[in-house]
Amino acid sequence: MSQRVLDILSTRFEGAILQTHGQFGDDTAIVDPAQWKAIAQFLRDDSRLAMDHFIDLTAVHYPDREEGRFEVVLHLRSFDKAHRIRLKARLDLQDDGHVHIDTLADVWAGANWFERECFDMFGVVFEGHPDLRRILMYEEFEGYPLRKDYPADRIQPLVPFREEAQGKLPPFDRHEGMPFGRQTHDHRPGGRNLLGFEREDA
Amino acid sequence: MGEMTQPPTSSPRTLVFEGSEQGFATTRFEDLLNWARKYSLFQYPFVTACCAMEFMALASPRFDMARFGAEAPRFSPRQSDLLWVVGTITQRQAPILKRVYDQMADPKYVLAFGTCASCGGFYDNYTTLAGIDKVVPVDVYVPGCPPRPEGVIDGLLLLQDKIARGDRTARIVKPRQDPIDKVEQLVALRTANQDDLGQA
Ligand code: SF4
Repeated sequence: MSQRVLDILSTRFEGAILQTHGQFGDDTAIVDPAQWKAIAQFLRDDSRLAMDHFIDLTAVHYPDREEGRFEVVLHLRSFDKAHRIRLKARLDLQDDGHVHIDTLADVWAGANWFERECFDMFGVVFEGHPDLRRILMYEEFEGYPLRKDYPADRIQPLVPFREEAQGKLPPFDRHEGMPFGRQTHDHRPGGRNLLGFEREDA
Repeated sequence: MGEMTQPPTSSPRTLVFEGSEQGFATTRFEDLLNWARKYSLFQYPFVTACCAMEFMALASPRFDMARFGAEAPRFSPRQSDLLWVVGTITQRQAPILKRVYDQMADPKYVLAFGTCASCGGFYDNYTTLAGIDKVVPVDVYVPGCPPRPEGVIDGLLLLQDKIARGDRTARIVKPRQDPIDKVEQLVALRTANQDDLGQA
């Protein structure tokens, strides 16, 4: 179905598309991690592709491989063209115990929390991410639980109750998360809405 | 269901005198207080997961917890006596559960609703607390995933029984009378039945 997408990609990014295959109607391109962001940007902006729907981003750990033990997997779709594609980038642990790849949070805003989850679970560091913190586990949690070498029976110590909020709590910055939750019909003068953000129309 | 944990003792602590115009009863102040307590359990529902469905069934007319005086939820721990922990508690939530428990006024009781709250259930992993008794003392554990409402009512009656005894130890209530402990009685009963049948 999206063979056409693969063709366009291979022509445009010759050399960066390491491998492609299709299975059950889903086409996959394994790409050069260095070109990760450029490819994503192209997929979104090119009028023939118009991948405006960010579906999913996650990672997989293959501990038995010689190299490329971590795969970052991205699923995209286009509403207009009704095609979809899967991108994979193969990476390895760096000396700091993390995997590094570019962030896509500024290409699709929806990638923000997916990348945080991926960082939380696999220790993939998304370079340039605006707010790369754990999202499901707590700050004191050690290690990355979905890596295959995380001991299945390891139970980490409980943390005490936090008197002080850590970092940001909702409401987030007005450019983050879902905007419809904080619309307000408050038209008081002063240019601020009920949550204290400046109103767009002010 | 609802079998008492202790057989009635030979010297009851509450005596009812009939015969005068109205009749009257004597008891001890403690017992009267416990009696009042056990039928006015204000609950704090700490509901986190799928067990909530059975919890709703329990509160609705078919099973109707109100029959046991435990229907009034209080959404402030400061006004409640019974903490219902309904569902999975994660490591990250545990301190909050502890905090809620600490905010409740004495006397307070905890009921672990379902396998997850009792021992972590099948979530044997990095994120789930293996039983809320790691952080708060539990009075009654109700097993099941999720437990049937009848099971929970059973647990509630056990708790009432425990309150009536004035037992404040933080652990599961004493095991109930199990019919198997009284095999002779059962055998006698059956023999009697057979005799009846033989005569008929
Ligand atoms: S015991 Fe079962 S039904 Fe209850 S919260 Fe756990 S998984 Fe859900």
